[in-house]
Amino acid sequence: MASVASTSVESGDERAVSGGGHRPWRAVTSNRKVMLGLIVVVFFAVLALFGPLFVGSNVNAFGLDRSAAPSSAHPLGTTAYGQDVLAQVVVGARVSVALGFTTGLVATILAVIVGLVSGYVGGWLDEVLSVLSNVFLVLPALPLAIVLASFLPYKGPLTIAFVLIITGWSWGARVLRAQTLSMRNREFVTAAKSTGEPTWRIVFYEIFPGVIAVVVAQLLGTIIYAILAEAGLEYLGLGDLRGVSWGTMLYWAGNNDALALGYWWWFVPPGLCIAVLGAALAFVNFGIDEIANPRLRTVKAEKRRTRGKAKEA
Amino acid sequence: MRHLTRRIGFYLVALWASATLNFLIPRLAPGDPARALLARMHGRISPAALHALEVQYGISHEPLYSQYWQYLNNLAHADLGTSFTNAEPVTNVIARDLPWTLALVGVALIISFVLGTILGVAVAWWRGSRLDTVLMPAFTFISAIPYFWFALALVFILGHTLNWFPSNGGYDIYSYAPGWDLGFFLSAAQYAILPAFTIVIGSIAGWMLGMRNTMITTLSEDYVLMAEAKGLSQWRIMITYAARNAILPNITSFALALGFVVSGSLLTEIVFNYPGIGYALVQGVQNKDYPLIQGLFLIITVAVLVANFLADLAYVVLDPRVRSERG
Amino acid sequence: MSNGVFTAGARPLLEIKRVSVDYRAESGTVHALTDVSLTLERGQILGLAGESGSGKSTLGYAITRLLKPPAEITGGEALYYPRTSRQGMGTRNGAAPAPAAVDVLKLTPGQLRGLRWKELAIVFQSAMNALNPVIDIAAQITDVLRTHQPGLSGRQQRARAIELLRLVGIAPDRLHSFPHELSGGMRQRAIIAIALALGPELIIMDEPTTALDVVVQREILMQLIGLRNDLGFSVIFITHDLSLLLELADKIAIMYAGRVVELATRDELKRLPRHPYSYGMLNSFPTIHGERRRMVGIPGAPPDLRSVPSGCSFHPRCPLAFAPCDRVVPALRQAAAERSDPAVACHRYDPALSSAPPPTNDEFAARYAAAYQAAREGRRA
Repeated sequence: MASVASTSVESGDERAVSGGGHRPWRAVTSNRKVMLGLIVVVFFAVLALFGPLFVGSNVNAFGLDRSAAPSSAHPLGTTAYGQDVLAQVVVGARVSVALGFTTGLVATILAVIVGLVSGYVGGWLDEVLSVLSNVFLVLPALPLAIVLASFLPYKGPLTIAFVLIITGWSWGARVLRAQTLSMRNREFVTAAKSTGEPTWRIVFYEIFPGVIAVVVAQLLGTIIYAILAEAGLEYLGLGDLRGVSWGTMLYWAGNNDALALGYWWWFVPPGLCIAVLGAALAFVNFGIDEIANPRLRTVKAEKRRTRGKAKEA
Repeated sequence: MRHLTRRIGFYLVALWASATLNFLIPRLAPGDPARALLARMHGRISPAALHALEVQYGISHEPLYSQYWQYLNNLAHADLGTSFTNAEPVTNVIARDLPWTLALVGVALIISFVLGTILGVAVAWWRGSRLDTVLMPAFTFISAIPYFWFALALVFILGHTLNWFPSNGGYDIYSYAPGWDLGFFLSAAQYAILPAFTIVIGSIAGWMLGMRNTMITTLSEDYVLMAEAKGLSQWRIMITYAARNAILPNITSFALALGFVVSGSLLTEIVFNYPGIGYALVQGVQNKDYPLIQGLFLIITVAVLVANFLADLAYVVLDPRVRSERG
Repeated sequence: MSNGVFTAGARPLLEIKRVSVDYRAESGTVHALTDVSLTLERGQILGLAGESGSGKSTLGYAITRLLKPPAEITGGEALYYPRTSRQGMGTRNGAAPAPAAVDVLKLTPGQLRGLRWKELAIVFQSAMNALNPVIDIAAQITDVLRTHQPGLSGRQQRARAIELLRLVGIAPDRLHSFPHELSGGMRQRAIIAIALALGPELIIMDEPTTALDVVVQREILMQLIGLRNDLGFSVIFITHDLSLLLELADKIAIMYAGRVVELATRDELKRLPRHPYSYGMLNSFPTIHGERRRMVGIPGAPPDLRSVPSGCSFHPRCPLAFAPCDRVVPALRQAAAERSDPAVACHRYDPALSSAPPPTNDEFAARYAAAYQAAREGRRA
């Protein structure tokens, strides 16, 4: 449709090849979803970094006030062991957030390397890596993580990180391979090749900047997966039970029948934190999607204005 | 057909990979199941008895490759070993627990996908309406809630506080026993409501948002414009021209998301003490029941692969372009 | 090639009067069409020519009410004169004596659906994109039949589908093919077949052959003319390829920056283009026969439609521009006194503003050559 003011948006490539300079920054700050999500994420990051400094040193110490409802002394009540829930949530934030972010980051780096190399180099290397990532993709993640985590004798953050990276890289690798394949035949790549640029430079200096928007989406998605799966594994008791994290809090709450006994203040805060942080990251992701593909924006305002004339649209 | 054959080939490879992983993981992890067994026996039994136990549980000291061969051989004969916990064959456990999981997850998944897809079509078709502005943020938030936390909340609010629905177990164990009678089925259905609700809520947002996005892209295609120009009914445009095309990428993502849905339903079973595969798996983990863990993992993988294949079949049926692939 | 099938003097088919369309973009309002007026006779092939951004496609979509937000029709009317009677079509409307004209732009969605495809059909540029990939060709023909002619039986629908395919030269065994199984030319023919399904009075074609190679292009156009001669429908043919229109169209409208700048019969346009832009366009297509000419392009580029130049929107690029051109917007009016003379929007034809005689081909050639030279020197300096 040769409409005058249309912007050409190629399907599938919308997120790649973004504009340079400060246009992306302005686009990001003007999108409500992204701003809302970022504020929440930053809040949790700050909480994780600095929160434990304001809280007592030994949050795991057993206290006297057992299973007390929220009060002025304990704003979020206490656990069955007398520990202050608020303090635990703050300290737990550090583990949950740090583990989630680093795991997500490492898994994404792995996905980028595999995806870009596999997509660009092609040939037998591509075949092997593709089969590998497809197999890992199809194997159900949490059961595999459970199996791995239960067999590894050391139960702690490193185990969980390892297990989550193994199960979380394949999705990104597949997506990035597809993106790389579509970029491989573009003219700037052919130009770089003909001037004799070495392959690794082409992959990381030419192609990578073009797929950065997709990589960011992958990173956010993997971090969400890491945070949720980490909580899941810890809830099952496969985490470091001597440490404090949101997932282990839920484990202890479950073990002590907090549900049946009605101690909602023990399992609501950690779960809510996980949910809200995950939702915030998801919002950021959706917002970036909308920026890259303007068609997906909610068109409330426009529709109202032209509703009378374009009724059948 | 060639397309489907390639997919089957891939699934066989994936199956082999998962079986091999299953075989390797316990053996590569430091620690010796035999010693763990021994520890549990507190050294109270004679070496001969220990050896007998080892044989029974498939713990051998032969070289790795012959163990592997034996393992594959056993698999071919549907022998998944014996569970430590109750000294019963793993296949028995599976036969007992799998139907519960299949029923729960199968029904919940179908409801979730169908409902999510319909909502996605509606939200995309009536963009800017109140439906759109209400559902979009709501579903975005829902899509990030961890399954099990939502299950916990449900158990607490609906099951414990309000006591509307049962939140513990698979059926009323005091009134019924498993069997082919209506009373049992009704009771089982009643106990499945909360877990199913959890799975539906946990996964519906993904289908809805995915369908909305593909619908929006499809609605800007020329053939939808042409359908409008032809003066076809709104219904036909929405279904046959738009949704029929928009659903295709979502079938692919359905297949890919199956692993996540299965994971979520595992945790759901645990929270509700629902007697399915997930519950058995976690109990196996707690008891360090290695044969059980391995067997259950394998069957979960098989289920996911089969579901993936069914999704592939559906795609071939729905997209004529794949059918006449010229290789 | 095309004979004058239409009878001038009878009621026109479509009267477009002062239609304006705006696009509301974030960076400003784009005036895609401004005060466009055209008349289409029955059985006539009207060509709409112009560069990208001239508004030709927008006009086509506007009069079929297929524009989407942020596009908005801000004024004007498109009066459609239905046939006096329709025989054997089995429509719901039935026969009525000389029905009044309807303004397509003011119809409700319900009324619009009654008009769509029965009276007004549209052929899109890319047939691959305009065909639903998941249902076969037969279904895409019969769903139109089912919607507008519910009385037909399944067998009658199938027969009509085969007949339509035969009309455009597609073998009946392709009835149940999917779009991806057909070649590019066949797909375009299929689209034309679908357009003809209900025997419309007007078919709008938006660059229907641009994506095809010239051999197939010619075949399809020949077929189109034959169909027009047999069935008597009118065509609005939208394209940037003016040389195509010179062989195909009865009347040609040249569009620039959202306005019609010249409206002439094919022969008149070939003989002597009135508007400087028309001259530039005509002479940017080399012809195989005819005398050798120096090729000159039109200097400059089409304007940004958010801020159209004052006065005549072509004046910054016009080699014949003079005093009033940047102040007064020229109206589309007869170039000379004779009734059948082309209409042109240029001040050189306004005796009140210009004392010089109307431009000749030689003057155009000289001015364009001078402008081209000046541009080259300007660039070198």
